[in-house]
This record gives sequence, structure tokens and C-alpha cells, in this order.
Amino acid sequence: MGIPTKDLISLSPLSREDIEELFNLADEMKKIIERPVKKVPTLRGKVIANLFFEPSTRTRTSFELAGKYLGADVINFSSSGSSISKGETLLDTVKNILAMGPDLIVMRHSSSGAPHFVAERVEVPVVNAGDGINEHPTQGLLDLYTIRNYKGGLDGLKITIMGDISHSRVARSDIIGLSKFDTEITLFGPRTVMFYDPSPYRVKIARTLEEAVKDADVVMMLRIQRERQSALLIPSIREYSKFYGLSHWKLSLLKEDAIIMHPGPVNQGVELTPEVVYGNRSVIFNQVTNGVAIRMAILYTLLSGEGS
Amino acid sequence: MTRIAVVNGVIIDVEKDRLLRANIFIEEGVIRRISDEHPDSSWHVIDAEGAYVAPGIFDMHVHLRDPGYEYKEDIESGLRAAVAGGVTRVAAMPNTKPVNGDPSVTEYMINKAESLKLAELYPVAAITKGQRGETLTEMGLLAEAGAVGFSDDGLPVENAEVMRRALEYASLFGKPIIAHEEDRNLSAGGVINEGRISTLMGLPGIPSTAEEVMIARDVLLAGYTESHLHICHVSTKGSVEIIRWAKKRGFPVTAEVAIHHLTLTEEDLYRAGYNTNFKMNPPLRTKEDVEALYEGLADGTIDAIVTDHAPHARSEKEVEFDKAPFGIIGLQTLLPLSIRLWRDNILTLPEIFRKLSTNPAKILGLDGGVIAEGQPAYITVFSLEKYIFEESMILSKSKNSPFIGWELEGKKKFIIVRDRVL
Repeated sequence: MGIPTKDLISLSPLSREDIEELFNLADEMKKIIERPVKKVPTLRGKVIANLFFEPSTRTRTSFELAGKYLGADVINFSSSGSSISKGETLLDTVKNILAMGPDLIVMRHSSSGAPHFVAERVEVPVVNAGDGINEHPTQGLLDLYTIRNYKGGLDGLKITIMGDISHSRVARSDIIGLSKFDTEITLFGPRTVMFYDPSPYRVKIARTLEEAVKDADVVMMLRIQRERQSALLIPSIREYSKFYGLSHWKLSLLKEDAIIMHPGPVNQGVELTPEVVYGNRSVIFNQVTNGVAIRMAILYTLLSGEGS
Repeated sequence: MTRIAVVNGVIIDVEKDRLLRANIFIEEGVIRRISDEHPDSSWHVIDAEGAYVAPGIFDMHVHLRDPGYEYKEDIESGLRAAVAGGVTRVAAMPNTKPVNGDPSVTEYMINKAESLKLAELYPVAAITKGQRGETLTEMGLLAEAGAVGFSDDGLPVENAEVMRRALEYASLFGKPIIAHEEDRNLSAGGVINEGRISTLMGLPGIPSTAEEVMIARDVLLAGYTESHLHICHVSTKGSVEIIRWAKKRGFPVTAEVAIHHLTLTEEDLYRAGYNTNFKMNPPLRTKEDVEALYEGLADGTIDAIVTDHAPHARSEKEVEFDKAPFGIIGLQTLLPLSIRLWRDNILTLPEIFRKLSTNPAKILGLDGGVIAEGQPAYITVFSLEKYIFEESMILSKSKNSPFIGWELEGKKKFIIVRDRVL
């Protein structure tokens, strides 16, 4: 239990009970992180390969620490200047890394479905650390875990996700994960970066920022990529930030106890102003800490045979 | 003198919309007689007992990759696959290297195909030089060399003025402009149909309008110039409606549909995961689109069924979904998948072969699309044998088929290509 499949590529196959079990495990992991000596021998002798075909600091570091706290050895492979640019295919690269004997692959890739492609072709567990615009399941879990820790649970909550929805793998994993609980999900963002067809998900689409945030218990802000301007999706960063960003003065639109989240890295002054990022409703840095704990729980589950 | 008699089979008569049991007598590649007589020993007899005898399948949309991409397919492997699939003639698209935009390339293709004595190949030449959408190819010289139509294929003519002039100019030689309809600004970056499944799979979508806006533009130009436009692989409900409207107005428009768009939907792609053998352009659409295509076939809006046979090497397809090229092979699955349309009561057998054989010949201005006295002999003899389609059966150099492992019904027994039995 905890993770019903060999891999963790999507949140779809996980049940609510699976997710709750991972949360309980993450609670235990947090205790390890809080110790003065942050290392247990649980995964000693295991090798985790971090394959990052797309730049990442926070997620890669988070996985690396998670592995190391549990006693595993972690190797890092990143694609810039590597064999990928020499024309080696993804499959080749993965087979070569596998030939060196890692027990688990953590993988980030700019192509949606790339970890699915790899997982079908290798025996070892594959953890998706973000694939294209598709999913980022460990981020989804840490977001849910953070909400659960602040709100005492997920059922009955209203969660609003704001920003560049259609290009966000975080939004997809959050929606899939949150939908397994009794939650009400609202999406808000420019129509040009909204799902063309949101019908697969149980979500409401808000028309104004006020409508989006006024009843929310949680406001999840997403990063807007500056490239979206040239792709005709937004006219300017200035305009985006005025209509779709959360600045200090807009916080009065939120409920008193609403928390503000962001998967990072934040475009300061675009989707969030610094006053909000560092303000008392922001739980952004707790998300980062929880990320390590959740990833420890995931690695432990997949590598200790506690999974399927 | 070659004398071939096809006996004991059930002839699919597309003209009279009926099935009849009769024998066909072919001399020097021409159908001389259709009767109950029995051949004497001077005839090479083909026994079609228990089989159907249909007008030879003419797949008017294939990519044989030769010259230039022979690692994917060449004229020989492609035509062998055609023969195995019961296809007697193919029209080959010009996106070769070099592009078939020069009579020397057209002649090369024809000569190579003729020397092989397999299925026949009819080259489609480019509309614009280098498929760049700027200036017209030498359509007269290309037609003389044997080009049966003009297409810029996957690089559709973006400039409406160029399209207008192409339609006008090609019509002087009695050749259709064959258009892959796609607004490449609207489809840019997309890899599957935009909609429910692109949301679920997190893949960039290709909107149905990318196809429809170009069809709307081009049927208007065809009507305005009174020049024959043939529309490639129609895949959406909206496209069917626009073409139906254009035909009602009397515009000289014909249209084809690819067999995979009649067989699969985006739901199949979703179930298959990120399997690149479900990635093609136009993409697999919705059930509603497929139903509209069925209606379009039944009411004559859509004239032809084709494969859009697009071989790609395993090394090209076995990659991340967005990095894989579009397209699948189809020559060996066209016949059995068309039989499914009959089993599912979408079309009758004569209707199916009108779309597979008769109309493609007519659209390209060629004889031999029907089994009738005086016609050149192009005949597909097939049985209703059921079998599992295995990768090892594929004669194409490339194996990129989503139908591997499917149980299929309908197997080629013989084809007749004028004076040869294959």
C-alpha cells in the first residue's frame, strides 16, 4: 500500500487511503529531518539516480536530500552538456545509466509522457519529478500534505489554483490529488492558458479574481513563464500581474485564515509580490520542507518493498 | 498473349451496387468478358472459390520515402506491402528528398516501380518548388512525366494567392490539387487532438479548427476558380460539414478519409498511453467526429478511403511522444479495417470498394476503377479469413502500426495488376 504501482508517475492510480498512508509516513520522516543527526540507515546500499533532463534546483535537491537522509547513495545526471546533446536517445541514456545498477530512477523531462515511456521499459521504479506540462506527482503530494498539515485535513476545503493552468504540471497533479478528497477546486487564469476542455476534471472556472479567492481556504499560485508572451498567450507581464497576480492589497479579498501556496520558484513581483511571499499567510517555505519529507516517504515505500 | 480467368468468386459490382457470381476473362491486361462461361486450357485460371473479387484497391495517399529516406521505406518494400495488403495501385506523395517537384524525380519513381512489376505507383508532385509555398512547380512537365496530381502534403500552402494560382494552373492539365489541410499556426506545437484527452494527458493540442479553417478557405478557392480540389484525410465533423456544403454548391471538391480515423479515436490513444504509434497528423479525434465521418462516407461527402501510409523507423518512433514524427503505416491493414465498416453496418461492400478503388481512380483521372468489360484489369481478390495481425507479417521496412496484435478479418488472396497475378 502507499503506492499501488511499481512507479510513481501519476497521482491517478493512488487512492485516498494510499495518499493518507504516505502522509502518515511523511510525518515520521519529518521527525528524522528535525533530528540533529539527520540520517537513518533504512536505504543503506541503495542507489538512486536523479536524471534531470530539464533544469531544476529545488526538486533535484529535495530528492537528493530525501535519499541521503534515508542512507541511500544518490547520483545526479543532468542533461546540459551531456550525451543527450550528442544525439543519444532518451532510451539509450536511461539504459546506460541502468547498466550502472541504480535501484530507482527519479526523472524530470520536458516531454509529457517521458517517464511513462521509460517506466514501461525498465524494471526499477521510476519516480516522475515533472514531465512536460503533464504531471508533477511528488509536488502534488507535498502540496496536499502541506494543506492537510495546516487545515487538519482535506475534506470540506475550497482550493483555488491560479495562473498558467494549461501549461502547469503542478496544477494537473494537484487537481488529480485533491479530487480524491471531498474538496471544491476553482481554477482562475487568463482564458488563453486555461484548459481548452476542463471537462475531465471536477473543477469550477472563476471569472474574476475576486470570485476565485473570496471563499478559498487555500490559494495556490502558479508560476507564469515569460515565454508565454511571445506565444500570444499574455500581452505583457505588467498586465498579467495586475489582473492575475496577488499583491499585498488584494489579500483583503481572501478569508482570514486562507493560506497562500506556490510551487516555486516565484517570479517575484509577477504572480506574487514579496510582501505576500514572506507574509504570514504564505506557507511557501513549509512546502519546501514538506517536499523532502514526502519524497522520503515515497522513496522508502518504493525501495523497501512496501509498495505493490 | 496473357490470358487470365478469375473463376468461382463473388464479384463486387460497384456500379450496380450488387454482388454477383461470374467469371472474369482478362486478355493483355484488359477485362474482355464477364460471364458464366468456363475457361478452357488456354487460360491461366485463378480460382476465387469462397472469395470476393473486387475492383483493385487504389490507395491514393501513401508515402514511400524513396528517394531520400530509404531507411524508412523504399519503393520496393512499399509496393510489396501494397501487394500483401491487396492494393493494386498507390499514389505516392512528394515529400521525398529531393522533393518530387522535378520531372526527373517523377520519372525515377515511375521507372523504379515499373521495373519491379508489383503494384503500380502514381506519383503526386509538389505544388510549389521545394514545398516552400512560394512559386509553382512546372506542373505541365510534371504531368507529362506522369504526375497524377499536385500536393505540398504536410507543408500546406499557406498563402491563399499561391493556392488560387495553383488550382487554376493545375486545372489546365486536368490534374487535382491534393491538399493536406492544416493551418500550421493554429496547430503549432500540438501533438494530439485538443480536447478532453489533451487535458488528461498533458499533451499540447491540435484544434479541429486548424483543419477546418483551411478546408473552408480552399473549397471557396476551388469554387471560385472552378478547379478540382481534393482534400486529404478529413478528420473532423466540422470538415465534413464544410465539404458537404461545398459539394451542395457544386464546387469541384472531392475528399478522402484515412482508415485509422475511421477505426480509432483519441480514447484509444489515451488507453494506449504515450504510444507514438497513435500519433498522426491529423490526430485521432473524438467519437463524435468519427460518427460524422461515417455519415460523410454514407452520403457521398467523402469519396475515398486511404491509408496515409507513413513509415517511420523504430529509432524515430521509440522516443518521447512530442519528439516522435507523425504517422503510421497502413497498406497491409487497409482492407481488413475496411471490412470492419461493412461488419459494423456503416457501408455495404460495393460502397466500400467505391471508396477504396473506384473513386480514387476517378479523382486522379484514371481508368480501371471498376470491374467492367473493356476496362484495364485491376482486381483485388480477398477472403474473409480471420487472423491476428503480427509484426512479423509486416513487409514495410517500418513497423509503426497501432494494429499489431489486432484480430482482423479480410485477407488478400490475389491481386491482378493488368497482366500480372500477384
